[in-house]
Amino acid sequence: MLGVVRKKMLGQSLLKIRPAVSMLRSYSSAAKQMTVRDALNSALDEEMSADQKVFLMGEEVGEYQGAYKISKGLLEKYGPERVLDTPITEAGFAGIAVGAAYHGLKPVVEFMTFNFSMQAIDHIINSAAKSNYMSAGQMSVPIVFRGPNGAAAGVGAQHSQCYAAWYASCPGLKVLTPYSSEDARGLLKAAIRDPDPVVFLENELLYGESFSVSDEVLDSSFCLPIGKAKIERVGRDVTITAFSKMVGHALKAAEILEKDGIDAEVINLRSIRPLDRSTINASVRKTNRLITVEEGFPQHGVGAEICASVVEESFAYLDAPVERIAGADVPMPYAANLERLAVPQVEDIVRAVKRACYRSVPLAAAA
Amino acid sequence: MAIWCRVSSRTIANANHMRKRMNQGFAVDVNRASGFSSASNRGRPLFSDGNRRHLNSLPWNRATLVWFQRFKSTLAEKQQDPFLSSDSDEDHQSLEFPGGKVSYTSEMNFISESSQTRVPCYRVLDDDGELIPDSHFQQVSEEVAVKMYSKMVSLQIMDTIFYEAQRQGRISFYLTSAGEEAINIASAAALSEQDIILPQYREPGVLLWRGFTLQEFADQCFGNKADYGKGRQMPIHYGSKKHNFFTISSPIATQLPQAAGIAYSLKMDNKKACVVSYIGDGGTSEGDFHAGLNFAAVMEAPVIFFCRNNGWAISTNVSEQFRSDGIVVKGRAYGIRSIRVDGNDALAVYTAVSAAREMAVNEHRPILIEALTYRVGHHSTSDDSTKYRKLDEIVYWKNARNPVNRFRNWVQSNGWWSEQQETQLRNRVRKQLLEAIQVAEKAEKPPLAEMFRDVYDYPPSNLEEQEKYLRETISRHPIDYPADIPV
Repeated sequence: MLGVVRKKMLGQSLLKIRPAVSMLRSYSSAAKQMTVRDALNSALDEEMSADQKVFLMGEEVGEYQGAYKISKGLLEKYGPERVLDTPITEAGFAGIAVGAAYHGLKPVVEFMTFNFSMQAIDHIINSAAKSNYMSAGQMSVPIVFRGPNGAAAGVGAQHSQCYAAWYASCPGLKVLTPYSSEDARGLLKAAIRDPDPVVFLENELLYGESFSVSDEVLDSSFCLPIGKAKIERVGRDVTITAFSKMVGHALKAAEILEKDGIDAEVINLRSIRPLDRSTINASVRKTNRLITVEEGFPQHGVGAEICASVVEESFAYLDAPVERIAGADVPMPYAANLERLAVPQVEDIVRAVKRACYRSVPLAAAA
Repeated sequence: MAIWCRVSSRTIANANHMRKRMNQGFAVDVNRASGFSSASNRGRPLFSDGNRRHLNSLPWNRATLVWFQRFKSTLAEKQQDPFLSSDSDEDHQSLEFPGGKVSYTSEMNFISESSQTRVPCYRVLDDDGELIPDSHFQQVSEEVAVKMYSKMVSLQIMDTIFYEAQRQGRISFYLTSAGEEAINIASAAALSEQDIILPQYREPGVLLWRGFTLQEFADQCFGNKADYGKGRQMPIHYGSKKHNFFTISSPIATQLPQAAGIAYSLKMDNKKACVVSYIGDGGTSEGDFHAGLNFAAVMEAPVIFFCRNNGWAISTNVSEQFRSDGIVVKGRAYGIRSIRVDGNDALAVYTAVSAAREMAVNEHRPILIEALTYRVGHHSTSDDSTKYRKLDEIVYWKNARNPVNRFRNWVQSNGWWSEQQETQLRNRVRKQLLEAIQVAEKAEKPPLAEMFRDVYDYPPSNLEEQEKYLRETISRHPIDYPADIPV
């Protein structure tokens, strides 16, 4: 029978808490531990080694080993022709990378955070996303834009926004959001190999987190399919969808809920565009209840799209209204207490699930 | 500060002498210097790195002089210091900073915002198309000259007729290149087929030179089934992979950093080719202009940035666009070799682009060419330029400064062209074009299936579903979807 391996909570700080490990897929024994940072680094290394056309560019990716050390050792290994330190112009280097991609190279562009990608957003949307369509297939753009996305800790409004919903609304782009090291490796490799432009949204707070990885994941040919969500925890009573850091929160909430006899199914979306609607709907048809979790702003968010999709396709299966949990509708405040209130916490997920299970009074009535 | 008034004249003379010796370049050891102090200097460093002007403001006294004399003996030791140059006597006034050696001056001078004279413009033919004596230019053969001239005429006719077609409501939009025929054709003629073009939107002549047919132009403007763009874009947004002409994209100047990227890619592939990217005077105000040129210089990319300075960006005159002497002076700011050329002189443009190409390809460097010209037509069919400029200005440039007439005179003076050929050419092109338009207009539009293709490399399931749903809707409501719309 499938169960959840309970790990002791270290309880020191939010950052150091280990997520529950899913035993859904039992790989061969010898499970190694790997941080998300190492997962990304090894994926970049292997893809650059396998294909001479892949190259990395961004601010501080070379000599500094990467602003978050994701590209550690790569300059030394591949040289300055393939690991380019750029001047400070997001618009500039995004445009240059798109040009290089037009001509057949495979750039991996790093934004120090996706907040800075706004300075390049015209190139991402109008030069990258739309080019294949507008040129009728003559100009393809095999580019990857990657970098940390969403809230970190105490960095304020201009360093904390989540861009998943913005990029995922644009046709022509693929948008991926890894959570674990397995996700990081498999999805980054898939993104680099994909002939379409991919926006790869990482999370700064996850870089240092360790996850177990099987031998299959460590193999250099390992790749995850784009557009498939992963069921991190199988359950019967409610479907919780999440991506990136919120997957960890959802899994913790599921552990807490189990004590109250609620068996939650946690879906790690992995891919925001294309969204794995079939997995989500199949799950909701089984559990009949839906909670979506995201860090970003609530209006026009990822959760809004998921709720609409479920209402459209699985309305008859719903036993409770769908509910979205999102960040507060304010620019991220800096003060630690306010920041905590502005981002979904485990307790918010637990309370929402209980509402969906009619274990507590619905939000509207309580207000 | 009062202490300096007490410095005696003899001390000052000695101090000056010492200053000269000091300037021969030995390190000023701040730690050591702080060993000497008078009451006024306590806690304040005597010297800042390399800034010997402080010597003037030192309170000179005997102790100081003695100290300096002692200091001379450490000259040899200090020569190792990397922050000082001590190569030769001529270098005694230079400093090392990140970025290299720079000489200094004690006279404060601001570099003027403009030089006394504007950068001169390179031309070879005078306004009547006569060769200016003693000009340097690259000779063109009769065959090439006649082809150039014919294409310039074709471009003129194409512009006139498509413009009319838009006015008649047959196409939705058009943009002419009137007045810039020499830029279009002559620059294209100087390049090789392998050179990659990233246009702005006023350079269809480059495609024309490379063999894009009048039918292909018409098909794009009508967005029919034969359009290489599969009806996805507005008219004049041509693109052709086989002609190495990147599809035109509306946002201004985005092609400039892209060009640097493609040029970098060519360099990595060791190709003997370059990239040529076009931009107007207005486009140089975009941030992408800065990023593109800066990067191309840093990456040593083989790219030619060709700026068509035609005086107007829709209704914005160049005097409102920038305050520099045009675009050519900006090249130096990026470390890019530049030239200003008479854009209405086909031979000058041809020569300049040929030379630029050589340098770009062989020396792996970007080149900036500013071609001065005039936008004779309106910005587009959505514009009426008589609203913001004088009609006689337009007429003057259209007639007296016409690049096509000018080049024709030169070609004719070589005995390579006649009035009869002129009439025949114009009639032939006009006829071909009218036929092409008729064919393009009647041709079927792209089928429904094309609407959902090319969003991604491989169609995703959600788009397949949408297409299926749309087809079902169409078959269920034939009245709303008449049978002649291709699916």
